[in-house]
Order: sequence, then C-alpha cells, then structure tokens
Amino acid sequence: MNLSFSGEEVLDYLPVDQMRKMQTERLQSVVRRVYERVPVYAQRMNEANVQPDRIKNLDDIARLPFTTKFDLRDHYPFGLFASPLTEIVRLHASSGTTGKPIIVAYTRQDIEIWSQVMLRTFRCAGVGAGDVVQNAYGYGLFTGGLGAHYGLEKLGATVIPISGGNTERQVMLMRDFGVTAFCATPSYFLFVLEKAHEMGINPQVLPVRVGVLGAEPWTNQMRQRIEEVGNLKAYDIYGLTEIIGPGVGSECEAQEGLHVFEDHFYPEIIDPDTGEPLPDGQEGELVITTLTKQGIPMIRYRTRDVTRLTRRACQCGRTLARIERISRRTDDMLIIRGVNLYPSQIESALLQVEGTMPHYVLVVDREGVMDTLTVQVEVTEEVFSDEVRRLEKLERDIAHKLETVIGLRIAVKLVEPRSIERSMGKAKRVIDKRK
Amino acid sequence: MRVPQISVFLENRRGRLREACACLADVGINLVSLSLADTTDFGILRIIVEDTERAMSVLKQTKFTTNRTDVLAVEVDDRPGGLATLLAAVDEAELNVEYMYAFNEKRERRAILIFRFEDPDQAADALGQAGVNVLSRIELFETVKSGR
Repeated sequence: MNLSFSGEEVLDYLPVDQMRKMQTERLQSVVRRVYERVPVYAQRMNEANVQPDRIKNLDDIARLPFTTKFDLRDHYPFGLFASPLTEIVRLHASSGTTGKPIIVAYTRQDIEIWSQVMLRTFRCAGVGAGDVVQNAYGYGLFTGGLGAHYGLEKLGATVIPISGGNTERQVMLMRDFGVTAFCATPSYFLFVLEKAHEMGINPQVLPVRVGVLGAEPWTNQMRQRIEEVGNLKAYDIYGLTEIIGPGVGSECEAQEGLHVFEDHFYPEIIDPDTGEPLPDGQEGELVITTLTKQGIPMIRYRTRDVTRLTRRACQCGRTLARIERISRRTDDMLIIRGVNLYPSQIESALLQVEGTMPHYVLVVDREGVMDTLTVQVEVTEEVFSDEVRRLEKLERDIAHKLETVIGLRIAVKLVEPRSIERSMGKAKRVIDKRK
Repeated sequence: MRVPQISVFLENRRGRLREACACLADVGINLVSLSLADTTDFGILRIIVEDTERAMSVLKQTKFTTNRTDVLAVEVDDRPGGLATLLAAVDEAELNVEYMYAFNEKRERRAILIFRFEDPDQAADALGQAGVNVLSRIELFETVKSGR
C-alpha cells in the first residue's frame, strides 16, 4: 500500500492562520465573481446593500444573503451559472423537489478541484495509489460515480467503474480482482456483503479492507454491522450535488466527525429559523459557500442538513474543521436507496393520477438491508369505486406514476380514511421506521 | 327498476367487517343481502338494506368510505338451466356485467339475482324486452317481508 504524501494533501494540515488568509482571499474573489456574472446574485446583494468591497474578512460573510434549493429550481436550468456554456465541460443533475432536477456545471478547473477533494477524501479514509477500488456509486448524471472515479484516478488507484446493480457480478469481481476498497451507499454495500455470504463467499476473508460510504444517512449501528460482516473499516463521506457532489468532507481514521475541505467549501452553522450564525459546538443547519468553483458558485447555500462544527485539534493531525455525522434534516427530504425524495413529489404524482388530493402517508421501512417505501392512500368518496378492478387499477396507476416521476419502485396500499393521522397544521406525511 | 346498493371499502384488517356490520346493527338496520369482494389488500362489502340513506349516514359517521350504486334484481327460474337461460338473454342484449351475486330470498319457484350492469337503465329495458322479470325495489323488499 503506497502511503506517499501527494501534493494536494498538504492542504489538510495547513496551519490555521494560513488557511484563514487563503479563505478570505478566495471569499472576496468568489463574491466578486458572482456579483459580476450572475444577475440573481447581483440583485440580491444590491438589495441587501452588500457589494463585493464590503467583504473585508470572513465574518463579513454573514452580511451576504443565503441561497436555497428554490433558487436552483427557479433558475433551472442554467440561470445561476457564472461561466458561459462554452466553458462548461460537464453537467450533472440530482432530483429536485418538483419534477425538475437540480443542474450543476463544471469548468475544466472545477473538475480538477473536484478530483483533488475526492483524492483527499480517499486519503482520509486510508485509500492509496496501490488500492484496487470497486466504484459502485452510480455513473451518469448523478455526481457520485464520476466524482469518486476522477478522485481515484488522480490518486493512482486501480479503478473498477462498475456503477450500481448486478450484485452477483459485483461479488464475483470483488473476489476475482482482489478488491481492497469499495465505494457505495452504506445500504448497498451491506447488500453486496450479504449477497457474497449467500453465494458461499465469506466476505471476511476477502482482501476488502475499507468501505468509503455516503450519499445517504446511516447510523452507528449500521456501521458496526457493515464492519462486522465485512471485517473492514467503514468510513462516512459527505457531499451534495449543489456544492460539488461527493468531496465536501470525509471521516479520517479517528472517526470523530468529518473533515470539511474548507479551503474550497467554507462551512457555517446557522439557526434554521432565524438565519443567525451559531458558535462552534452548537447544533444548527449547515451552510456552505464554495470558495473556488467557477461554473456554478454557491454563496451561503443552505444544505438543510443538521449538524455542529468543531475546530478542535484532531488526532489525525489535520487542521480542517470537522462536522458531526449528519443524522437529520431541516426539511422533509428522504433518502431512499440513495435517491432523494420529497413527500411533495408524491403529492404531485397523486394529483396527476387522481385529480383530487387524497390523503396519504409514506411509510419508510427496511427489509433486510434495502429501504422500502409504501405509500398509503386513503380511499375517500372521491376515489372510491364500487368495482375491485377499478381500485386495483388505481393502485397500479399510482405506482406507475410514482415510479416514472421519482424513479423508485414504491408499493401502494389503499387504506381507510381514519387510519392516517391528522395533526394540527401540516399533516404527518412520513413515518420512518428505519433504525 | 334500480335497487340501491351500498358499497363499503374495507381494509383487510381483522375486525373491519364486523365493525361495519355492527354499526348498522346498533341502529336497527337489517341486512337484506350481502356480498364481499376481496383482494390481497382490501375488500369491498356490498349490501342492500331497506333504508339506504340512514345506513349510509351511519357508516359515514363511523368513518367508513361508502358509495351508492344502483343494481338490478332479476328473477330466474329456480331449476337447472335457469341461470344459463337468463345469461343468454344478457349476452344477446350485449350487456356488460360488472358482477353479480345471489339474493337469499325467493318468490315461489323463482330465484333472485343481483346484477351490476354498467348501464342499469339500458339493461332493465333490454331484459324486460327479452321477457326477463326485473323486480322493482318495492317488489324486492316485499319478497323479504313475505319470506318470513
């Protein structure tokens, strides 16, 4: 295993004062960039009376307005880009709240930066140039597959770009190629390990020694399970499409929070209700500003992830700030089998089938290792038909519409009206039974 | 010619059928006929009662989802081939049968069947012309009373 220090990694250990100086310069630069090139930002900044020259130090970041997922939705597809399309060499997308996905753009330099932060992510997890790495993150518009891929290639590891699915083949290659590291969502990785077992291959004696897992939240129990079943170390990585994809942060061998690559992604914690910045150690919503991205920079992007920040020294020696593992969100987004899902998408799909708004609840559960999702739809007078076949057709139509719009297979169950709880104000739309 | 029938949506959960019947019994409503269609997840209970409005009101109060459908009560000879003859007339008239079930009372040597046709009025006309006796609601309930 080659553990030589690559150039980019030095930044993980940068003395704090040097980091702050770099961040201040970069913040001023990106604020100027969006002010000059993105009309929406210029307008907002003028309204808030904060022009680029008002940003004198890092604390001044609090003067700047926030950016939210609604801004991305409202300016779909290219309205927030700071580079002309001719300079954009890659587009990626993730699911948004309504039918339209979130579109992000990368210049050549952005791709280089992405590769670097992914390289640093893998180094945090102890993956090196000598590793044989199976990349089961989805390749395509999703940022996971290609993000991990470019980082691994830059690292010099041997990449197997297998993407997701075809689990028996995953197990076979894992064994035949002598795979030493695996990239996937935690639930899928566990699925692969258990499939290996089923196939008579003991995952504990395979050479896989580390899992680099992310794209969905996972508990410590889940981690313990994966580590036991596979006899390996499982590391949590963090990212989001709107910021870059994977590569925003990663656990190190100490596994006491995730280091944020803050020379590129400046983290803040705010009170989600008031928007006020909170001190280190206090829990709140994670807000990220991209300091170096060119294609689609984000100023104070509200991630809706709840966590806390610490800048205390880490055992590993890295000086990068750490965030606690993310366990919940401020909004109602769910992550099922690695796919983002908003209850509002269910609503709009149901509307399209029904024409009325039936009451529904989403029940999320886990069967074995895979997430399952059932939409319970109340049968009210509007949708009730006297004929079995019409009701069955209704179930099928709903299931089909959901699969088309959201891309997930969702079971549909018709239930009686009072069985779904009503509460004051917002109805309880989601019951998450996963542990 | 239309006979009102109540359909009730039931989840396939223990006790639902009993609760539906119990709430009607509690207010003194007697079931004249009953049929239950079932799938894996849910069932549709179809009942005929004398006081349809009251029954629907009670069921709704008990938070059942109900629906009113008009069906036809058709007489058929109570002998082998009786039903086949009737169904021949149905096919002849090109009527669409959604479902059917037997009625528990009979008149003389004639059995009664409940039919749900896509278009009950059209069906009543066509069957009448084919010499089939379609009972009115009043006749149907008299059958019930006299049967006791």
